[in-house]
Amino acid sequence: MQASHDTHDHAHGDHGDHAHHGRAPGLMGWFTTTNHKDIGTMYLWFSFVMFLVGGAMSLVIRGELFAPGLQYVSPEFYNQMLTLHALIMVFGAIMPAFVGFANWMIPMMVGAPDMAFARMNNWSFWLLPPAAILLTGSLFVPGGAAGTGWTLYPPLSVQMGLGMDMAIFAVHILGMSSIMGSINIITTILNMRAPGMTLMRMPMFCWTWLVTAFLLIASMPILAGAVTMLLTDRHFGTSFFNAAGGGDPVLFQHIFWFFGHPEVYIIALPAFGVVSHVIPAFSRKHLFGYTSMVYAIAAIGLISFFVWAHHMYVTGIPLTGQLYFMYATLLIAVPTGVKVFNWITTMWRGELTFETPMLFALGFLFLFTVGGLTGLVLAITAVDIQLQDTYYVVAHFHYVMVAGALFSAYAGAYFWLPKWTGRMYDEALGKVHFWTSIVFFNVAFFPQHFLGLAGMPRRIPDYATQFTDFNAVSSIGAFGFGFSQLIFLWVVLKNIKGGEAAPVKPWDGATGLEWTLPSPVPYHTFEDPPVITEEHLAAAH
Amino acid sequence: MMTAIPVTNYRIASGLGLVAIASFLFAYIQPPLYRAFCEWTGIYDVQKADEFRASATVGRPITMEFDANTHGTGLRFTALQTSLPMHTGELVQVNFRVENLSNHSITGQAVPSYGPKHAANFVKKLDCFCFRQQVFAPGEVRVMPVVFALDRNLPSDIGTVTLSYTFFEVPGGVGSSNNTGSAANGASTSGSGI
Ligand SMILES: [Cu+2]
Repeated sequence: MQASHDTHDHAHGDHGDHAHHGRAPGLMGWFTTTNHKDIGTMYLWFSFVMFLVGGAMSLVIRGELFAPGLQYVSPEFYNQMLTLHALIMVFGAIMPAFVGFANWMIPMMVGAPDMAFARMNNWSFWLLPPAAILLTGSLFVPGGAAGTGWTLYPPLSVQMGLGMDMAIFAVHILGMSSIMGSINIITTILNMRAPGMTLMRMPMFCWTWLVTAFLLIASMPILAGAVTMLLTDRHFGTSFFNAAGGGDPVLFQHIFWFFGHPEVYIIALPAFGVVSHVIPAFSRKHLFGYTSMVYAIAAIGLISFFVWAHHMYVTGIPLTGQLYFMYATLLIAVPTGVKVFNWITTMWRGELTFETPMLFALGFLFLFTVGGLTGLVLAITAVDIQLQDTYYVVAHFHYVMVAGALFSAYAGAYFWLPKWTGRMYDEALGKVHFWTSIVFFNVAFFPQHFLGLAGMPRRIPDYATQFTDFNAVSSIGAFGFGFSQLIFLWVVLKNIKGGEAAPVKPWDGATGLEWTLPSPVPYHTFEDPPVITEEHLAAAH
Repeated sequence: MMTAIPVTNYRIASGLGLVAIASFLFAYIQPPLYRAFCEWTGIYDVQKADEFRASATVGRPITMEFDANTHGTGLRFTALQTSLPMHTGELVQVNFRVENLSNHSITGQAVPSYGPKHAANFVKKLDCFCFRQQVFAPGEVRVMPVVFALDRNLPSDIGTVTLSYTFFEVPGGVGSSNNTGSAANGASTSGSGI
């Protein structure tokens, strides 16, 4: 409790300066704020808005696929929808959501007053809206948005119109933002920890973000390089990927996936981190196997750079290459299995209760494992050649991205919301949100496994009539899932307006420095670093 | 709130910035690395003559079909023979005709593709206009040969093999800086299915 005393003293203490007590009034305050909590809030709201935009696009896709034949949109527009849906969800919703969590929580978890570079933190966020405008605005330029799929493969991406250039610039801007954000996170974690907060005492969320930030710094510039080469191929006569000029379109796939596979873990690792806080809290036990968790995260991060061509089994890579990438990919199941084992063992003989954060964490645990399992199926070359570019792949990565990353983000949001706003959210509504989400999610995506196994190709607005029933079911699930997400908006708005005051530690099993701070957390925390002692922070693990 | 940022923070940040710059450059060293790797492993072999040992007898009968098309060039490109009954193990020559319809010289590179795809490994070319870039003077008409045989080990489920060429215009022509006479290797890397 010592830490919270410090904070109180500070809020009213020895700083005469007004700026200490809050951001500048009005909208300008949000533009200029360098406070990690303000910036975290902006990241979270931004990601939720983008989530709704990207979700609306997915409903255009599912609407069109409700029945065979072309109903509502042209094939070109359909392609633009699926491309923007993916780019917006990956770069606009999921990634910024976890950066939002990082901004809010990491300084509080390690006992730092703010992020290491507060001004740069502000820039990282304010780069996002222009990128979002470029992406969505590209729908309205001649020729429409990029329609290549999020993978932006040439030759198509070399041939498309202005929308493609806008997508490329958006990727550049988003890359800049992530790199600056990552530099901030790593510096904060490495250099701003309170005395006594050793690396191996650090909360798991910080560990996952430390590895994630390294992955981002190493892989985002590679994507930036690849799209820059696309750009010069398009406009400046280079031939990196242009077959006619001596280039090679397959090379783009190599470079793209050298970024693209680590990207999967950039999204997954922070999700693992959040779940590693929620499951112990509601099991009233410490996280099982803290050290093995840390090594598993590092192993996953490292191996993720050596498996990229499992996305390219049908490009004609040699058999030895296929075998290598198959075994290397299967190897990732080992550290991931360690994590799943540890989460389950954490719950073993725990005193479990099932509040909304725990429900989402359990939903994550079940469904992420399903997604991981289908990932192993797809890793097997012989199977993948059959399933490549079918709905099986779509089902697989939505289990990982939605039931994995998104559910984990919800778990985190419900978990820390009382700390952020100082009020308890509506538990009943939260549970409704969870149950509608998990039911409709499975209605939407489980049938897609069967569609894929039966051979339905992805990224095509029409399909053979034998796929009709499962597609109709899937579309109903998708609309149900989409509208269920508005419940979350309702919960949050209701929570902001009012509600029962949250205690300092609303979850009796929760551990960590953030739960020593008052609810809502004061604008400035840990201006004088707390000294972390062993009992004060059994916390971390 | 903005207390001075410690120097060590800047040290860490600049190290990380360097990592980011290095990985951006890493993307740019991929094209030459990729080419070197493909040449070293022999994946890049579509522009080399294949080895083929002729023998006195020929194998089973098969139909060979030829197709010619261009990709955004001022060339008219046709196969002089569209279909040819032949045998595996038999050495044959077919001719293709190119006419430069434009009033400037065009450097082109033909890229082969095969149907079915897995027939690619069994088409043994001893000579081909696709092995090098071709320069066509304005209005020039040229007939160019392909000398090839079908390997006797051609899988028995294949009854017809289609050989299709696409002529691409090489930007800048022969000897310009961004090509080294290896147009479209990649496109055929996948085409030649290993
Ligand atoms: Cu991958």
